[in-house]
Amino acid sequence: MSSTPPPLATPLAGPVATAAGAPPGAVGPGVDPVPLGGRKATRDIRNPVVGGVAAGVARHLGMPVLWLRAAFVLLTLLGGSGIAMYAALWLLLPADSHFEAAAPGIESATRGGRRPGRVRRLTDVGPAIALGALGLGAVLMLEALLGRGVVFWPLLVGAVGIGLLWRQADEAQRERWRDGAGRIDPVRVVLGNGGWASYARLAGGLLLVVLALVLYALRGGSLSLARDAVTAALLAVAGLALVVGPWVWRLASDLTEERTERVRTQERADVAAHLHDSVLQTLALIQRSADDPTTVSRLARGQERDLRAWLYSGESTDASTVAGALRAVAARVEDEYAVTVEVVTVGDCPFDEGLRPLVQAAGEAVTNAAKHAGTGLVDVYAEVHERAVEVFVRDRGPGFDPEAVPDDRYGVRASIVGRMERHGGRAEVRSVTGEGTEVRLHLDRTTIDTAAADTAVSDTAAADTEEDA
Amino acid sequence: MNGQPGSARAGGGGAVGVVLVDDHAMFRRGVRAELETAGRGAVRVLAEAGDVDEAVAAVAAHRPGVVLLDVHLPGGGGAEVMRRAASASPDTRYLALSVSDAAEDVIGTIRGGARGYVTKTITGPELVSAIGRVADGDAVFSPRLAGFVLDAFSGSIDVAAVDEDLDRLTEREREVMRLIARGYAYKEVAKELFISVKTVETHMSNVLRKLQLSSRHELTRWASDRRLL
Repeated sequence: MSSTPPPLATPLAGPVATAAGAPPGAVGPGVDPVPLGGRKATRDIRNPVVGGVAAGVARHLGMPVLWLRAAFVLLTLLGGSGIAMYAALWLLLPADSHFEAAAPGIESATRGGRRPGRVRRLTDVGPAIALGALGLGAVLMLEALLGRGVVFWPLLVGAVGIGLLWRQADEAQRERWRDGAGRIDPVRVVLGNGGWASYARLAGGLLLVVLALVLYALRGGSLSLARDAVTAALLAVAGLALVVGPWVWRLASDLTEERTERVRTQERADVAAHLHDSVLQTLALIQRSADDPTTVSRLARGQERDLRAWLYSGESTDASTVAGALRAVAARVEDEYAVTVEVVTVGDCPFDEGLRPLVQAAGEAVTNAAKHAGTGLVDVYAEVHERAVEVFVRDRGPGFDPEAVPDDRYGVRASIVGRMERHGGRAEVRSVTGEGTEVRLHLDRTTIDTAAADTAVSDTAAADTEEDA
Repeated sequence: MNGQPGSARAGGGGAVGVVLVDDHAMFRRGVRAELETAGRGAVRVLAEAGDVDEAVAAVAAHRPGVVLLDVHLPGGGGAEVMRRAASASPDTRYLALSVSDAAEDVIGTIRGGARGYVTKTITGPELVSAIGRVADGDAVFSPRLAGFVLDAFSGSIDVAAVDEDLDRLTEREREVMRLIARGYAYKEVAKELFISVKTVETHMSNVLRKLQLSSRHELTRWASDRRLL
């Protein structure tokens, strides 16, 4: 199979947090894609403590998040402007996630309930508790410091309540993002996909807001006055909901329909285009060469690889990364020699001039294996380290004696060993008669600059089997 | 899989009972036919199932040695079958068989309890050998799965943060995984490293256990980002 797992933990370089949000198939490690139109600050809602504001701003400014947290706390203590700033940023900064799109086959399986659903994490409670504790601590401290809790109590209780409600809005938004084709109904807009954490946040938030109102109304000291004030406030809210409610409802249902329709149209177009482009063509070709089993199996194999990659892995075979370039080489050899090339890669890095000889040598080794091994299966394993890239090409053919290859044969000596040595790498051919052959390639990534210069000139010797990636 | 047929049957004692779980009837038929020819005497197909409920019922009724489990299955996927059937038939082992190469599904299924993962393009004899291994309690790693394991456990390890053996692979385990990813069969791995096949199998089982139990930060975050945990 010419596909490999996408890098899971992006271990090589760069912050994992930013790479994790990249769309499938994007260049993985260390490459933090800069969106068009400049960088925009976002809130980090993956693992927020309160609303992800500090983490998001810290990421934007390139400062330690602790400084910002400290600044917010400090400003809060010095007159409360920290809370106001935090709230303003929470409102104004967009969240950093986007609609998640997996490969079409995976999405379809998810929609059809053929994959395990997402399980709610218990850790969702943590931030709420942190929020509560923070609010409580702030209130107690302010009261101790200033001793005029009468105004601060309702204000801070209300603030915590609103914070909880906003937090729920974030969670609901995140749920919507995770499920792009889902309906928008007002209940889900508020609750997300439900779960007791959502209810708890919602109830807690509302309760705190009402409590704040009551506390404020109680300032006058009279219970009946307070009751009247709270009733009036609640009535105002209810009236507003009655007036605005139908509009919101209709807006939501319109949005749902529009979105569903758009999603459906896009999906249909995607599938149609893909089927038309490749599968139908392949079927036509297969019919035409029905009496040639080798061609038929080669066509079927190529189509299977394409379709599998498109449906399930969303990984590219273009030459923007080393893994992609190796997969492209493997695909070419598969097509040409009707063999199966199984590519497994660990780690990945951008494919640049310095690494080109490595991929070319690997392609040569795969081609040799496909031509001479005669077993129909070639294993390719590539490991990208911080400092070097290693590629192993293995077959289980009859094997040969590397020393016995005549000098006029370019294959191994010039295009594999010679090329690697010219570019500061190493190549080792290990072949045991009867057990197969393994070609091991090693190229340091630090030699990139020196290697890049003479690539174009010196590689013409084996140009007939190379691809113009 | 690269295992040699029959190399690891620890006196197994007769054929391994197998339940086939896949939502494509055509595929089930194909696998059944292959198992009946390639696995004569070694594998016996007890039942088939097309969704989670059927699968749980079939496992409970037949208590098979091995369940060939599709990753994508109506009713919640293969992981759901393992979760619900665990109490009814605790000794049953699971081998995931899937057309999906998505890493999410590989890790999700292994962490759900499967003892191996092979893709549907596997040949009949290799599948029989993989079933034998799983029945014997060994792990079955395809090159692809080995690559994934290396990916998941790679990266610079913060020494201060690692206090559990579970969170890292030993150098030997890493070497074994690397050779498997390079397409070596168990026997070849053993020869290359000058150890016995049994030792290779022990390393593989340890890696599988680590994969299932590790709370390694990257693995946990990777899984929790996808709400697999």
